[in-house]
Amino acid sequence: MDKYTQAAWIIPLFPLVAFLVLTALGRSYRRAGVFIGSLGSLAAFAMSLLILTDRLSGSEVDYNHSFDWIAIGDYTLRIGFEVTNLTALMLVVVTLVSFIVNVYSAGYMKDDERITVFYGYVALFTFSMLGLVLSDNLLSFYIFWELVGVCSFLLIGFWFTLPKARAAAKKAFIVTRIGDAGLLLAILLLFWYMPDHALDFTTIQSVFDGQSGAITNGITTLIALLIFLGAMGKSGQFPLHVWLPDAMEGPTPISALIHAATMVAAGVFLVARTYDIFQDSAAAMETIAYIGGFTAIFAATIALAQNDIKRILAYSTVSQLGYMMMALGLGSLTGGIFHLFTHAFFKALLFLGAGSIIHAVHTQNINEMGGLGSKMKVTAWTFAIGALALAGIPPLSGFWSKDLILSIAWETNPLLFVVGLATAFCTALYMSRLFFLVFTGKPSAATSGAKESSALMTVPLVVLAALALAAGFIETPWNGWFGGWLNDGAEEAHDSAVAIVASIAVGLLGIYIGWLVYGKRSVSSSALRENTPWLVRVLERSYYMDEFYAAVIVKPLKLIGSALTAFDIYVIGGIVRLTGAAVSTAGKTAARLQNGQVQTYGLAAVIGFVILVVAIVGRRFLP
Amino acid sequence: MLPSYLTMAAILFCIGLYGALVKRNAVVVLLSLELMLNAVNLNLIAFSKYGVAPSLTGQIFSLFTITVAAAEAAIGVAILIALFRLRGTVNVDEFNKMRR
Repeated sequence: MDKYTQAAWIIPLFPLVAFLVLTALGRSYRRAGVFIGSLGSLAAFAMSLLILTDRLSGSEVDYNHSFDWIAIGDYTLRIGFEVTNLTALMLVVVTLVSFIVNVYSAGYMKDDERITVFYGYVALFTFSMLGLVLSDNLLSFYIFWELVGVCSFLLIGFWFTLPKARAAAKKAFIVTRIGDAGLLLAILLLFWYMPDHALDFTTIQSVFDGQSGAITNGITTLIALLIFLGAMGKSGQFPLHVWLPDAMEGPTPISALIHAATMVAAGVFLVARTYDIFQDSAAAMETIAYIGGFTAIFAATIALAQNDIKRILAYSTVSQLGYMMMALGLGSLTGGIFHLFTHAFFKALLFLGAGSIIHAVHTQNINEMGGLGSKMKVTAWTFAIGALALAGIPPLSGFWSKDLILSIAWETNPLLFVVGLATAFCTALYMSRLFFLVFTGKPSAATSGAKESSALMTVPLVVLAALALAAGFIETPWNGWFGGWLNDGAEEAHDSAVAIVASIAVGLLGIYIGWLVYGKRSVSSSALRENTPWLVRVLERSYYMDEFYAAVIVKPLKLIGSALTAFDIYVIGGIVRLTGAAVSTAGKTAARLQNGQVQTYGLAAVIGFVILVVAIVGRRFLP
Repeated sequence: MLPSYLTMAAILFCIGLYGALVKRNAVVVLLSLELMLNAVNLNLIAFSKYGVAPSLTGQIFSLFTITVAAAEAAIGVAILIALFRLRGTVNVDEFNKMRR
């Protein structure tokens, strides 16, 4: 049943070829960019779908193909690709969102001068992400992991003439680099301790089965935590989340593709891929669960007070990624991946909807918007579907995945259940605030002339809205098919009535309060600001995390940097300049001897000869 | 007999060396060079006649030296004429173009 799976290696090549062609073409072929980029991701999507059908039609065994890459002495490094149910699912998600974003960008970026470059970057990103998903060992995984980081950097800084975009790109690159260092250390540790230095996922799976004892518990925990550090950087977990909201300086389709649906989910994917290591270490699992839970509630509260539509969605992404991590930490691979799957669709939908709004009104401040519901019907409806899915209202997809996570939390960890519920409430509240402020009320100066976006932008919205509606039905409390498929038959059934009722209740409550304050406006929205201005300010400034990092890390580092620069300029540079000056002076002095008079040279030679003769002959007369 | 020939050659060589190093006229410098070469020839012949192992080789060598000296003088004078046409002088002090 593996007739398509064997050719899975071809999937990343489609976008790679698209990238190469686009780079070779240069900026002049504006239409070609759209066409080639979309075609590359469409081909990859079609191939991924075929592979998914392979997996769905009963391929129980993971398909792995690898070859010797480097042989050093006795050690051979093999690279290759592996198709499991998890990777097949990720392939489809990545290629589908990538294709939709490609189509959408044709409308969103059509007036941009560097649209071909943009499509080239997107194709390169798609290639890297697919390579990451297909990697069968941690080393090639790490290579692609860094590649997606570079693409993220390039695309955040796409409008590099804006100082804010430049700063955001650098920040994203440096902050994720902290996590990457952790992942690299984890890989080195694994290389050191694994039998035969094996780094492929299959061997990792068999070594960390909880009973082989090849690696001690302490080392296992250390490796797991270092891997998680890498995941924290990419997936924006506290305290490395600070880059993700700033990354919204990039073009909005990029926020949807990289910073909502795919790349930030790579951290979750990494943990899921090396899940056996985590399952061997209770301490690591607990750490993940608590950091995930804390990130979820932390980011959700910040999102309540933000005014920039994209920043709200960014903090929401951080919060939902926290949910996924929490599910993984609580021992439910299904919960984390299921939420990743549904979140990819509805968050991409929300970002693309936000892009459609920004395209129409040219502002990102939700306080300056209003009354867009009647002017942009498609955007409003699809955005509502996305918002309801995110808020966890049945029967939309977000409800099922969030409910699964909450059910697991209810069964295993009451504290995290409460945190999850509070997060769900905040989520519903900030989404209803966002929705009512943008789409209802009176049109403002910015929105009075707004028009619905073109079909290139609305059709992707409709497709994603359909997915956000339906994607949740693969795993419901009474149908654990997805979990069984993902875990190779080991079915997890979670149907906690308490969790269902509670999550619906807080979701509806959040929306109701949001409607009262921002829709019906029967409760003053500024009451909270007047009574507790400090709280609102703290939330608006994201708990002063940026200021904290600036004071504790950035400033001391800059001080050290300027001290080292001074040392370099004055001490190292001084020595270098001194050496240069000395040699140059010596050369100039010696050059005086060369006066061009052949007779002087001859005289010097004769004098030298005489001295030589005197020295040799005179030695005879010495005692 | 040998020391007087050698003294004669040494005096001749020193006169030639002095002329080559001190004279400013390039023609005189060339003449001085010939003096030095002839001093060497004198040495060769003296040794071939009165040396430790007298042999005809030294005299034949001096014949070669004379030939080479003739060629050298011809080339030297040719360069000198070319230089004179170019610079209008045969003053050695002014032939310092090679300095840099």
